[in-house]
Amino acid sequence: MKPKHQRFTLVLLALAAIFGASGLALSALKDEAAFFYAPSDVTRDVPVGRAVRLGGMVVEGSLARAADGVTQQFRVTDGKAQVPVSFAGIAPDLFREGSGVVAEGSFAKDGSFVATNLLAKHDERYMPPQMASAMPGAPGRKTETLER
Amino acid sequence: MTAETGLAALWLAAAMALLQLVMAGVGLRLPAERGAHILAAVRPVAIVGGLLGAVSFTCLILVFLASDMSVLLVAQNSHSAKPWLYKFAGAWGNHEGSMLLWVTVMGLAGAAIALLEKRLNERTLVATLGAQAAIALGFFAFLLAASNPFARLDIAPADGMGLNPLLQDPGLAFHPPTLYFGYVGLSVAFSFAVGALLTRDVGPAFARAMRPWVLAAWIFLTLGITAGSYWAYYELGWGGWWFWDPVENASLMPWLAATALLHSVTVLATRDGLRAWTVMLAVVAFSMSMIGTFIVRSGILTSVHAFAVDPARGTFILVLLALYIGGALALFALRVGTVKAGTTFELLSREGGLVLNNLLLSVILGVVLIGTLYPIVAQAFGVQLSVGPPFFDKAAGPVALLLVLALMAGPLVRWRRDEWDALAKRMMVPIAALALALGAVVAFAPFKSLLSSAGLVLAIGLAVASVAPLWQRNLKRTPLFTWGMVIAHFGVAVALFGMASDAAFTKERLVAATPGRPVEVGPFRVVFDGIKPVIGPNWSALEGRLTITRGDGEPFVMRPQQRFFANPPTTTSEAAIATRIDGQLYAVLGAPDTGGRWQLRLWWKPFVTFIWFGGALIALGGALSLIGRLRRERQPVVRERYA
Repeated sequence: MKPKHQRFTLVLLALAAIFGASGLALSALKDEAAFFYAPSDVTRDVPVGRAVRLGGMVVEGSLARAADGVTQQFRVTDGKAQVPVSFAGIAPDLFREGSGVVAEGSFAKDGSFVATNLLAKHDERYMPPQMASAMPGAPGRKTETLER
Repeated sequence: MTAETGLAALWLAAAMALLQLVMAGVGLRLPAERGAHILAAVRPVAIVGGLLGAVSFTCLILVFLASDMSVLLVAQNSHSAKPWLYKFAGAWGNHEGSMLLWVTVMGLAGAAIALLEKRLNERTLVATLGAQAAIALGFFAFLLAASNPFARLDIAPADGMGLNPLLQDPGLAFHPPTLYFGYVGLSVAFSFAVGALLTRDVGPAFARAMRPWVLAAWIFLTLGITAGSYWAYYELGWGGWWFWDPVENASLMPWLAATALLHSVTVLATRDGLRAWTVMLAVVAFSMSMIGTFIVRSGILTSVHAFAVDPARGTFILVLLALYIGGALALFALRVGTVKAGTTFELLSREGGLVLNNLLLSVILGVVLIGTLYPIVAQAFGVQLSVGPPFFDKAAGPVALLLVLALMAGPLVRWRRDEWDALAKRMMVPIAALALALGAVVAFAPFKSLLSSAGLVLAIGLAVASVAPLWQRNLKRTPLFTWGMVIAHFGVAVALFGMASDAAFTKERLVAATPGRPVEVGPFRVVFDGIKPVIGPNWSALEGRLTITRGDGEPFVMRPQQRFFANPPTTTSEAAIATRIDGQLYAVLGAPDTGGRWQLRLWWKPFVTFIWFGGALIALGGALSLIGRLRRERQPVVRERYA
């Protein structure tokens, strides 16, 4: 094989790899991308049982523990609507009433949300961009509190 | 005064970088005899610039150690009551400090090239240093214009705001700098590629000059990712070691590219093949570092690892990214025609195997890149979504396993050309091991997922195959870099075994623990004794006491905590982890309910430690390889023996 031909073959292989990766990724994305919901989006048809995320503020006074001692129940709001959430697990460190939360999980048939994971944040000043847009006027986007 | 010295050194270092760029540019343009004395002066300038950067960074560490609250950065991120290690590491636990660390390491790398690189064509070396200076200048501009780490406050506060408690961990002293060394190492590889393109000098000599830098960068990335994974594992208290989070992917993508580059640069150095591809990979690898920095710093994606972020800074990095990568790609497009095709090779040869390695790694890289950036694209179309573990497991997992399969055979194939039946003979024992492992896994291991079962089988097969290159060799005369290769590949098997074992065998319990009532998890019997308050240097905590027995063994005690930090006011849960030879028991204390019961989450994770052992072995293999190569390069051998 001449060097030129081999080079051509390699370029073809590289292109095949790129298309293979994109094809693989896009087909998997169709099934597995988790959509983000704010509570006021929940009135429309929600996909039951599909992995999605729900973000908003934990309603003050809504946090309760179920009788089994491990399941927590609370409501999430974006100021317009509220969604009941249940979560069996240990909540992240910065999870509390009146603060923001992003729950991963799926909707049940009755429109409530069953969380498999609550997103922890490393920084109490940080707010996920998706939440900042779900909650207009929410605090926390600007991080520098001292003047410069 | 220290802060002003630091700022002055920073300005001078920036000036040196500018001088380095201009001198390299002018020197290379002038005819050889007139440009020679300018070219000769580029090395000393690079060395001085590197030292000035180091002075500046030292000053930053000093102001942090002294808790000088009149410096804005210290006031925002430190507190006088913090243990000294975290004051020290706090210097780079923030945006400005980490950017200063970046330029400092970059300057020192430039100085090291200037001091140590003797073999490369002088013009290519100067072009490399020029490219290096051009990259550094962007970051200097960023620091001096938009994020001065030494800015003073008019009125110093009485005390600082403190460092995020999750960062108050020895991991902070180690994890970010190692990753940065890795990123910067890739910037050096990028500069070499640009330099070689500029002087039309892409060939084995260039590959040998670049290889130690790629290896070093790759070792640091491996260490940084491994350390970061373990840190997240014990600090976040979720029992997970990898979340396919954007910030994690940001470090994985450069690693994937560097791994591919590491293998292709070997083909270029030994067989003078894959010239254009290697240059392209060097550009891609550094692009991935920049994209990684952009993702981490801009906070554009929801991440569990997101620290204080600022979109404006993200924009700046994006502009730098576009400039460098766009520039490099344009240069590549212009000059690729002048890069002559290297030597050809047979399909069944080591070179052919390494091409397969590169293809599969590129596919994985592509999948991870698409999965990571897809939410940004979707957001531009007004759709909010996130891409998580199910996607990456499904799309990247099978390709990774295919790569492991190829890795079993690759090192056993000869350079230049090989025969299929000869290879089959060499593969007999590994294939037998694979078959045995398959039988054992089908018979004994619980079937959790195809991925975890296949992972277990392949890990065992690879463990055997990876040491096969040492058979029938005189072990004393085996070169160090061959040992390095074997150990690194064995490390892949060890890490894969840990991952698959964690996925297949983990036992988990979530209970409302009542004092005195035992809970079973895996082979352990856990008794919750009660809660008591404890006090640390800058925190207080509620500490649970667990007494654990395994079979008839001695009971032992674990103490998970809920910690309260005063500045900034934060609660963190500190997991308790008991390490045994065959795995880890992991306990997290949650909140109490009204009836005096405490949430308790327990995991028994068989062989989970293998993940990080494997990572350490991979890095060790890389280090041996690097030492072996450097020693070989110093010997006056005209042509390397094929490893």
